[in-house]
Amino acid sequence: MNTIRQIAAVLLGIIFLATLFAGAFAPAPYAKQFRESPNASPSRMHLLGTDELGRDLFSRLLYGSRVSLLLAPAAALLATSIAALVGGLAGYAGGWLERIAMAGTDLSMSLPWLFLLLTVRAVLPLNVPPAASLLITFALLGLFGWAASARVICAGARSLRNSDFVLQAKACGCPSLRVLARHVLPNLRPALFAQLLISIPVFILTEANLGILGLGVSEPLPSWGGLLRGLENWGAVQANPWRLAPLLLLLIVVSCFQLILPREDFAA
Amino acid sequence: MWHRILLRHLLALLLTALLGGLLGATLVRFAPGFGVDERELDTRLHEDSIQALRHSRSNERNLLRFYADYLAGAVHGNLGVSHSFARPVTDLFAERLPVTLRTVALGLAGGWVLGLLLALPVATLRGWSYEFFSSLACGAFLCLPSAVVAILFLYFGGPVALAVCTVVFPRIFRYARNLLLQTYALPHVLTARAKGLSGTRILLWHIFPAAAPQLLALAGVSVSMALGAAIPIEVICDSPGIGQLAWQAALSRDLPLLVNMTLFVTLVTLAANSASDLTSKALVKQAA
Amino acid sequence: MRRLTLALIAASILLSGVLPAKSQSGGELHFVLRAEPKTFDPMLVDEEASETIRFLTGGVLIRVNRKTQALEPELAASWKVSQRGKKISFHLRDGLSFSDGTPFSAEDVAFTMRKLLDPNLHSPTGDSFRSSEGSVRVAAPSARDVIIEFPAPVAGLERLFDQVAIVSSRSPKKETAVLGPFTVAEYKSGAYVLLKRNPYYWKKDAHGQRLPYLDSIRLDIQQNRDLELLRFKRGEIQLINNLDASYFENLAKEEPAAVHDIGPSLDAEHMWFNQVPAAPIPDFKKKWFRSANFRLAVSEAISREDLCRVVFSGHARPAVGPVSPANLFWFNRSLQPHPHAPQEALRRLQQDGFRFDGHVLRDGEGHAVEFSIVTNAGNKSREQMAAMIQQDLEQIGIRLNIVTLDFPSLIERISRTFDYELCLLGFVNVDLDPNGQMNVWLSSSSNHQWNPEQKSPATPWEAEIDRLMQAQASTPDQNQRKRSFDQVQKIVWDQQPFIYLVNKNALAAISPALANTSPVVLRPQTFWNVESLYYSNQGRGVGQ
Repeated sequence: MNTIRQIAAVLLGIIFLATLFAGAFAPAPYAKQFRESPNASPSRMHLLGTDELGRDLFSRLLYGSRVSLLLAPAAALLATSIAALVGGLAGYAGGWLERIAMAGTDLSMSLPWLFLLLTVRAVLPLNVPPAASLLITFALLGLFGWAASARVICAGARSLRNSDFVLQAKACGCPSLRVLARHVLPNLRPALFAQLLISIPVFILTEANLGILGLGVSEPLPSWGGLLRGLENWGAVQANPWRLAPLLLLLIVVSCFQLILPREDFAA
Repeated sequence: MWHRILLRHLLALLLTALLGGLLGATLVRFAPGFGVDERELDTRLHEDSIQALRHSRSNERNLLRFYADYLAGAVHGNLGVSHSFARPVTDLFAERLPVTLRTVALGLAGGWVLGLLLALPVATLRGWSYEFFSSLACGAFLCLPSAVVAILFLYFGGPVALAVCTVVFPRIFRYARNLLLQTYALPHVLTARAKGLSGTRILLWHIFPAAAPQLLALAGVSVSMALGAAIPIEVICDSPGIGQLAWQAALSRDLPLLVNMTLFVTLVTLAANSASDLTSKALVKQAA
Repeated sequence: MRRLTLALIAASILLSGVLPAKSQSGGELHFVLRAEPKTFDPMLVDEEASETIRFLTGGVLIRVNRKTQALEPELAASWKVSQRGKKISFHLRDGLSFSDGTPFSAEDVAFTMRKLLDPNLHSPTGDSFRSSEGSVRVAAPSARDVIIEFPAPVAGLERLFDQVAIVSSRSPKKETAVLGPFTVAEYKSGAYVLLKRNPYYWKKDAHGQRLPYLDSIRLDIQQNRDLELLRFKRGEIQLINNLDASYFENLAKEEPAAVHDIGPSLDAEHMWFNQVPAAPIPDFKKKWFRSANFRLAVSEAISREDLCRVVFSGHARPAVGPVSPANLFWFNRSLQPHPHAPQEALRRLQQDGFRFDGHVLRDGEGHAVEFSIVTNAGNKSREQMAAMIQQDLEQIGIRLNIVTLDFPSLIERISRTFDYELCLLGFVNVDLDPNGQMNVWLSSSSNHQWNPEQKSPATPWEAEIDRLMQAQASTPDQNQRKRSFDQVQKIVWDQQPFIYLVNKNALAAISPALANTSPVVLRPQTFWNVESLYYSNQGRGVGQ
């Protein structure tokens, strides 16, 4: 098992490096339109062929990965931290705090946040630089993506509240926050890791959907989400199966993350 | 005692739902494009007609009054009239609610069965190859945009409920797998195994009760997951349900329809989560 | 004798191609509505889905033949326009009935027109008759004669009746009693509309058989274009209107006999700079956007050929102006599309004091030229066009930011807050007559998009367009009108308030099982002759 973990780490490292130095590996600038050869098949010049506008797909994949690979895990971490904080605190404290926090969580799961995103876009200037727009998008994703797991974590924390070791820690005079940080949260790790792993691909995809609202990565900058949205034209995918490359890469990255995350000690 | 708790829960639920409706309406009211009608761009329309279109929704500008009027109507069973469909909201709900409820219920059931069936062997078999491949398969479904999942179902002619199931099950799997692994490593389970208890007995007597609070919470949450997944899937598969309605309402900033929709989603979410909370508490009490 | 036999055989083959034998009628035609029809009331129709239903069910006095673009008598046996377009009198056909058997008379026409022309109805169909204030007089002196008098001349008056479906004044079924070939039998919200043949439809074929040949039409409400294509390939639907170029190419590979490129449509894709004086954008940008030289330079920097070739796979033509070459009479043939000429564009910009250092274009005050283009999200071809324009403008040092917005947000920006710089949209032209575009060109109109609702024309050329549009509307003389509107097209070509990019071709797919089809550019492309469509023998299984 350890070998697999090492392989995963190396693979992830290679992908990170390749995307970080995308400029060195990419055969063409990501925005350059080879207008004479749109929808081209893979060739020596275009390793993964070209898109509808004749842009080199391999270069776009490299640059798109850079954006998504850095920001999606960061946003996932943010969402997981909020979920841990809200769910952990509420479940551990119990009483009215728990009730209010959970009501807030339920509301947060049911409100049409789409309209808030639209309002954010309306407040931002139209000429906002792509990097800023990206950061805002992923920050929003992180800020809104915590609710579901907060509930699961709260349930976990609630059952830990009265467990023997927490009671003992409390009896020994351990301050509440310390109990929460050292005894409760570590025991909630399984749910937190699940949240983290689910969030990464989900955020990558959501970013693409936010593009529709004018948030997210705008042309000509590529993103994984944008490339994956290309799969929606299934007719084109059937004709050009190499269009599945972004999906494959995302799958590899998510699997690698899954493998290198510290596995629960007990399962070894 | 029980009915008092239930009553308190119901009251809290109703208040939260009402607050949800108001917050939802606020989000819509202040979103860009509120009160804008696509028809304004129709070049055949006379200037008077365009002005009439622009003022047709001025009664919704004062949000609190709109909400108060809406609630007063709702008490009498009048949920208002949708702008984009030009029909009473009650009619639209009556037509479309059964479709979505069926899709979501089937999708959820399928998602849970599949998710648990895949997760259980991970915890019990502990072979890395099974775990690796099942995680990979679930990862693949997580990475596929729901739109693509829906399109694949269209191509291969699967039912819409199955598309909801494919969106829900990887999440169930991921949580359930981690929770089960954790529970199987608990001291009392290890003791039971060491004493040679059968797998089924361990699962039913020791694993499920210990993992129940979090699994139940997950069950509550999965309802809103499935509802959320139903929106893009219904839109793409052209399934005439609430999800499709929600999308069209959002695109036309149809306030009366959206308020009802938010209230409905909030109520369902609250009901599902309250039910899971209550069951979980009852279980804890029973165990104590 | 042998010759005669041959001729007879030839004639029968020829005829069988046009007219089906009795046994060939029947069957159900199946196609897709891309949105929920908002209304079944023909007077309130304002979007494509309702328009389709109205076309299939409504009976009109005069029909524009979609193929020849000429007018044909329908419920009216004849008509006469007099008093320079202020008055029109109809003489109706005798012995017609609505779909429920209620007899049709002049009273129904008068009832329809009175209701339609009520300004409080706010109907697009009714509004297109409103050229000036004042009341319309509608009279039915006999059971077969109707006279309508308008307060002022209405240019292209007869054509407008193509959109007016006559409703019954007496039928208890109100607007569901129709005079067209089909009638609405069933409707399930979000799912489908089922039309059944109207047993009282008045038209007959050359054999004396009552039309339509088809028994029913099932219209599935379906937004997904992939699914539409898939279902066509599976033979579940028989028609696709307005096919996207990429789908066309996809289908052409598998079923070359089913796809039809009918040539440039009436619709244009265009973009315009925000010239609203009060717009919340910097003053120096307003100065750029108000300069005709700047707009022309941007227009010339764009390669329209590339747009047609790459985005539309060759199924589009570079656009010239507001009238597509498909509009046979009104198109100004002396104009050509602006050529792709980046050097000429730079020369024009230099005249305005701009400087290009090889990378960045700067104005006289040193501001780098950068602006954003907004377009509606979800329209793939527009997003691709924007990306290509972005690269074209980069060649002359202009930095373009692409922003896609959902439609209500976009409309709010272009019609309320004016918080945008450049907007890319399409123009759907349903009316061949320039009067249909009146509200686009008059500077006082709210659809005069680059600078709407002006108190008085902001520029001399806008004042001239106002004058020419009024002039063409006030005379019934078609040639005189054409001269005025040609001038409008020329001014727009010179000034580029709208930068016209491409005219998409009308693309359609028709199942080979369907006979007597004749796709055309005008809407509804494939089923304009719906009453004479039928299933040929080999395809009978498909629609049954």
